[in-house]
Formats: sequence, C-alpha cells, structure tokens
Amino acid sequence: MKLKLHVWRQAGPSERGRFVTYDTDASEHMSFLEMLDVVNEELESNGEEPIVFDSDCREGICGTCGMVINGRPHGPWKRTTVCQLHMREYGDGDEIWVEPWRADGFPVQRDLMVDRSAFDRIVAAGGYISVRTGSAPDANAIAVEQVDAEKSMDAASCIGCGACVAACPNASAMLFTSAKAAHLNLLPQGQPERYGRVLDMILTMEAEQFGTCTNHGACENACPKEIKIDVIAMLNRDYMKALLKAS
Amino acid sequence: MELRSKVPSGPIDQKWTKHKFDMKLVNPANKRKYHVIVVGSGLAGASASATLAELGYQVSCFTYHDSPRRAHSIAAQGGINAAKNYQGDGDSIFRLFYDTVKGGDFRAREANVYRLAEVSNEIIDQCVAQGIPFAREYGGLLDNRSFGGAQVSRTFYARGQTGQQLLLGAYQALMKEVHRGQVKLYNQQEMLDVIVVDGQARGIVTRHLVTGKIETHLADAVALGTGGYSNAFYLSTNAMYCNVTAAWRAYRRGAGFANPCYTQIHPTCIPVAGEYQSKLTLMSESLRNDGRIWVSKTVDDGRAPGDIPEEERDYYLERMYPAFGNLVPRDLASRRAKDMCDEGKGVGDTKLGVYLDFEDAIERLGADVIEARYGNLFEMYERITGEDPYRVPMRIYPAPHYTMGGLWVDYNLMTTVPGLYAIGEANFSDHGANRLGASALMQGVADGYFVLPYTIADYLAQAKLDPVPEDHAEVRGTLEDVRSRTDRLLALDGDRTVNSFHKELGRIVWDNCGMGRSAAGLKDALQKIPVLRQEFWENAKVVGEGESINQVLERAGRVADFLELAEVMCLDALVREESCGGHFREEHQTPEGEALRDDENFTHVTVWEHTGPDSAPREHREPLEFANVPPTQRSYK
Repeated sequence: MKLKLHVWRQAGPSERGRFVTYDTDASEHMSFLEMLDVVNEELESNGEEPIVFDSDCREGICGTCGMVINGRPHGPWKRTTVCQLHMREYGDGDEIWVEPWRADGFPVQRDLMVDRSAFDRIVAAGGYISVRTGSAPDANAIAVEQVDAEKSMDAASCIGCGACVAACPNASAMLFTSAKAAHLNLLPQGQPERYGRVLDMILTMEAEQFGTCTNHGACENACPKEIKIDVIAMLNRDYMKALLKAS
Repeated sequence: MELRSKVPSGPIDQKWTKHKFDMKLVNPANKRKYHVIVVGSGLAGASASATLAELGYQVSCFTYHDSPRRAHSIAAQGGINAAKNYQGDGDSIFRLFYDTVKGGDFRAREANVYRLAEVSNEIIDQCVAQGIPFAREYGGLLDNRSFGGAQVSRTFYARGQTGQQLLLGAYQALMKEVHRGQVKLYNQQEMLDVIVVDGQARGIVTRHLVTGKIETHLADAVALGTGGYSNAFYLSTNAMYCNVTAAWRAYRRGAGFANPCYTQIHPTCIPVAGEYQSKLTLMSESLRNDGRIWVSKTVDDGRAPGDIPEEERDYYLERMYPAFGNLVPRDLASRRAKDMCDEGKGVGDTKLGVYLDFEDAIERLGADVIEARYGNLFEMYERITGEDPYRVPMRIYPAPHYTMGGLWVDYNLMTTVPGLYAIGEANFSDHGANRLGASALMQGVADGYFVLPYTIADYLAQAKLDPVPEDHAEVRGTLEDVRSRTDRLLALDGDRTVNSFHKELGRIVWDNCGMGRSAAGLKDALQKIPVLRQEFWENAKVVGEGESINQVLERAGRVADFLELAEVMCLDALVREESCGGHFREEHQTPEGEALRDDENFTHVTVWEHTGPDSAPREHREPLEFANVPPTQRSYK
C-alpha cells in the first residue's frame, strides 16, 4: 500500500520542529515501527538522517515506544502500544500524521523521542516499599486477599510509557502516579509508608510540570494496559487523608 | 590467563555458608569510601545497585535506556523458580539444584548452581516484601505452577508479566537509593570501554546518547549486568537495543569469554513474516500444555490447515516422544520443527513454521476455558498475524532467545580481570549448555541481591586500590581509544546501511551456528564473517554527527562488536566436538537424532582469551566436576 506520512522532525529540545512528508510503500503484515524502519533505511541509504524514535522490546511491555498517530497516543488500536500496531489497519492512499508525546513534563529530545525521566523522579519520591535486601520475613508470612493482589496487579501492569500524559488535555500524570501508588497501597506491605508516599509522589508530580487532573478520562482511554481511573479516585482519597494526618 | 574457580571446599550444601564466613568484610564505616560502578539496570544491575547502596557503598548505575525500568528483563513472561516447596510436592533446594544441573546437560559449575538454588527462597521473600503482586490462592497464600516440564510446582508468577513485576521491584529499590543519594543514576549513557589500571578494573568510558559526550568514570570496582547476545542472530526475541558491546569491550580488555556457542532457541515464537522483520515475538511455552503441534505428511502441501484431514497430519512430537509429547524440552521441540521445515513440510507463506493447534483442546475444554488460560496470548498472536487462533491453528517457529554463554566468572562472579564482575545473563555461570524455564529471572536477582554485594567486599577489603587520577595514562588512553573508534565509525561513508550488515551476519550465524551446527557449516561461517567484517569497515554508511542523538552510530558500534563475537561463537561451536543442550553438532547424535555428549573429552568450560585485533583468540579450559549429580543421558521418549 502507498502511504503519505507526515512526521514531526525536531533537531533538539530548543529547536523549532516541523512536519516532513514522506511517501512509502508498506506491506499489511508490517508493524507500524517496521514501516518506519523501512522509511529510515531508505533515508540512510540516501545519506539523510533517519527519523529518531525510541523502541525496544517491540512486544508492548517495556514502555519505550510511543508516538501520537493521527491524534491518538499509540494509534487507533485498543490495548495496544505502537510497536504492536500493524499496518493492516491502513489502506492504500492513507495519510498518517506522526507526532511525539506533547507535554511540558516530557521535553522533546529529538524528532519523536521525549525525555520521560520525570516519571523516574516521581517513583524516587516514594514509589517503593523500604525493605532492605535480606531482611524480609517468609513470603507466606503475610496472606494477601486474592482480590487485593489482583487489583494491585492491575495497577502494577503500568508500563510507564506516558500515553496517559500525552492523551490528557492538561498533560497530567495522574494516571501514572495513581497506578504506581495504588500498586503498593493496595497491599499490606505497602501500608506503613502509604500516606507519606502519596504526599511525596503528588508533590513531585506537580513540581515536574505535569498539569492537574480534571477527570476527562482520556488517559484511561489511551492506556495500552487499560488501567482504570479508579486508581485516581483512590489516590485523591488517600491524599485527603494524608493532608488530615499531616495537619 | 589463569582460571581459578575459587569454589570453596566442603560439602555442596555448606560451601556458600562457609564462604560467606571466610570472606573478608568491609567495615560499615569504610563502605562509603568505596565506589562501585554498575553497568545495566536490568534485574541483575538494578538489584545489585540497590543492595550495594543499602550496604553503604557509593554506587553509580548506568543504563542506555531513558529509564532503568526498560531493561529487557521486563519481557520475561513465565515466572521465577524457587525451592520453597509451598505446594508440599517434594521440592527442595537439592531438587532444584539437581534439575538445573541436569537441564544444563552437565555443563554448569555445580557449586554455583547449588548456591543459586539455595538463595532462591530468599529471593521470593525479598520480592514479596517489596510488594511484587505474585499470583495468590483464595486463602491469600502464594500460588505456584509447574513450568517447562518440571515435575514439581515451584514457579511463582505474576500473570504473564513476571519479568516486568520483578524488574519494577528492583527498579523501585534502586530509585529508593537514588532518592537517598546513595546511587547516582546515569540514564541514556552507553558504556563503550572498561578502564584497566595496573591490571585492575577501575572505571568505564561512556558515550552520552543525547549529547554525544564521551567521558570517563572512575571507581574501585565495576560490575557488568549487560545481558546476553542473542541479537548476534539479528532476529531474536531480544529487544532491539540488546547488544554485546559492554561484555565484548571487557573481553577485549582481558576478560575471558566462556562458552559463546551455548545459545538457546525457543520453540514457540511467531514466525518471520517478511524481509522487513525487525524482531521476533515469543509466545509463552505454556501454550504447549494444550496445543498440539503438527505439519502435513505431504511435502509442499499447499492446502489450508482446515482442508488437511486428520489422517494426513503428522503430530510429530507425539509420534516421536510418546511419553512427553508436545512437552519435550525446548531444544528438542526446536530441532524437530526445523527438521520438518528442512523436509519441506513447513507451513505458512515462508514455509518456516509448524502448526500449534488448539482445536482439540477447545472441543475438550470449551473455548471459554482456553480463553481464560491463554486469552492474552491469543490476542497478541492475532494482533501480530491478523489470524484468529480460535479458528485457525497458530503458526510457530523457533527463535534465538537466551544466551547461556557469557563472560567467565569465578565463584565470586569476578571475571579474569580483577575488580571486574559480571552478573545475570552477561556471565556464563549457572545454566550450563541449556537454561530451564523460569530460571533466568532467578539467576539475575540471585546475583544482584544475594551474591555480588557480599563477594565484592572480599575483593575491596584486600585489593590494593591506589587513587587513579583522571589524567592517568591508562584512563586517557582508553578514552582516546573510544574517541578514535567513534570517529572511525562516523567517517564510514560507503554504500551499505549498518542494518544490512547486521541482517547478513544474522543469516550466517543462524544458518551455521543456530539449531544445528556442522564442521562444514561452521568453517564456512568462519570464512564469511571476517570478509563481512572487513566490508563493514570499508563500505558501511554511518550518517549524522557524533554530538547529538545518533541512533545509526549507536547501532554501528554494536554491529561492529557482533561481527567480532560471531566469529568466536562459531569457533567455539567448532572446537566443541559434541552435542550438549542448546549446542547441537550434526556429527554427534544418537541413532534417534538426540544430542550425544562426550563427557570424557568435553566436561569443561571453554574460555576464550583475546590476543589482539588480528590474531586468533586463545582457548583455555576450566574442568568441571560432577560430585553430586552423576551425568546421565537425557531421555524423553
């Protein structure tokens, strides 16, 4: 199939970006990123610099890839990161617009690649349980109700790709932050640090230039792991309690 | 090169305890005076960084990813083994040790494997305390499953995302220490060389992948947790960025490389669809529990699977291995699939695939049960292939997946360069010639949480570590080496893309050093690889500059190293005149086509020493002894 691609090219974080148009011929069996690989291979052959984009496992689990395709983070398929999107979605003559995540918290490094280290700093603020290696009790010493373990697992399946931020009109990182907090706050092991964790993670999220949540729900819709905004409600509840406790 | 394994004396079950007591300690107040560099932030690297920092050492952790959480450990699906015996089905540390030694086809070091089994239980305790949401039973206790043909249920799992969850646990522990200021994190920085001063590893040279800045980092010891080298095959289940560069640069600085020919080919991957294919996707091995593998009995059968009547189908694994059927170990399942394709019975457009059929299972159990068990895998398959596995049999084909070979390490996980350690998949130590399912995660975290943080003290407490100034001749020299190599790569302005070289190399390695190897094929590969390498340095094209993000340059450096590694892989496969585990030499098989070991001549680790850019590597051997698990011939008939 013949395609017309409009791809965002930007030489660096402070450079001006623009869309550049490429014509390509793709097979329906290709993944979206393989289609871009082929475009890049041709650019390289012609001595031009290829389109910079980040991707690693190409199995939808590492969270490295991410781009906005025709206005949608990770493209049109549900429960799918862009590395798993395949070209049979498209037809001959289609035009496709490809852009990086756009958010103040995620500065563009080059073309479609953005800096998501703000997520690391949110986790560093409290997204862990403080247990020293070797000091743990027997794993079966604490029983965890199966339903809690499952809910925790739902939240823990976040891959940290940042699609939630890209989808949010406020570029808020609430779904990410809430998922990380919920993963730990739903487990008995996570209780001692629960409220401090919530305060510290929210403070850091705000300091990292992410917007606030106004309950649009666009994040849930874009999340390739279908993390539900229930976790945001849980974080808000914990945040209120934490403020009361702190005062 | 001297290979001293430093395995402690005494009975196997007391070696580690005794060793922990015998090792020198670093006084708590002195730990902060030592600086350790950890390269890689996967399971091994992140867990080692976190634990070393908790103990009080100053740690610098380097990753080429944009976040430490992206390392390839994240892609492991199945689970992690431990000898907890929570199911009361007769498991024990000794049984896990026994299974791992046997599964490795008697080519691993017994003492290391025993220690791995021993610390496996502590791993689960640690992971649960960190909040890893393992699957649980209704009563709230941990659930287990049987995995990879094990006869006990010892595998802990978190849906199909066990690797992700364990890595997040280690990553969170790491970020906790970053927050405390005990670990300094270096994202998007690639290690390109090891600095060796007076015979000791004292630092690394890195390139910042965003700014292009090449700089030195000095320390008292260096640990490499930089993963395996399956991408030497170009197409593998490894992530796109996985590469051998860190380990290879260490090899070039004097670290021995052990058993490079031990590579694991996983039987259940989605077949290649076309020339543009960038990587392969693994489908969990658990599918073989209910799926039946078959091909048509007719060569070049063009019919759709549904049009091939039952009596014209060959369920070849069930036919050849009535006792284990579709559940034979990975290496056998892979080789038999290749045989079928070699005979012209392969399926799909490319004829490189076999069917994995759920029709009978759906009839027997109902589609809803199959969906509950494998729904996410079926969905992933459909997303990639566009075919519905509830109606049409899946097509699968083997793919490179894991490398048992790696940097040689002693019992303390130290390479042949003092002060340079290798952990996780980057070392060779625990899996012998074949790794069992759910053992990779176990080894990564065992090394990082429970072994390296203790053994490194023994070195630091005794080594003479004079301060190394930044302008030391070795430091400047290594930095210059990296700069000039980078400049040389950037100057390449030939006719072929870097990727085209990687693809061609991958095909040579896959054809000659893949599932089946022969002296003739390996010799052929050993002719072709140097020619290709020379062409690379004359005719590759590297566009762009060095002072900014340049993914072509990054790839070029990695491909250049694969072009060197591949030759040593083939050489290693050629000198190992036997078949064992993942290494199958066509000349050495039983009349039934099974791997035929030669214990008399090959019960050893082969270790390669770099002797210079243009001379052949030197072969060394570490003899192996099996005092606790007597070698036997594997049989799955």
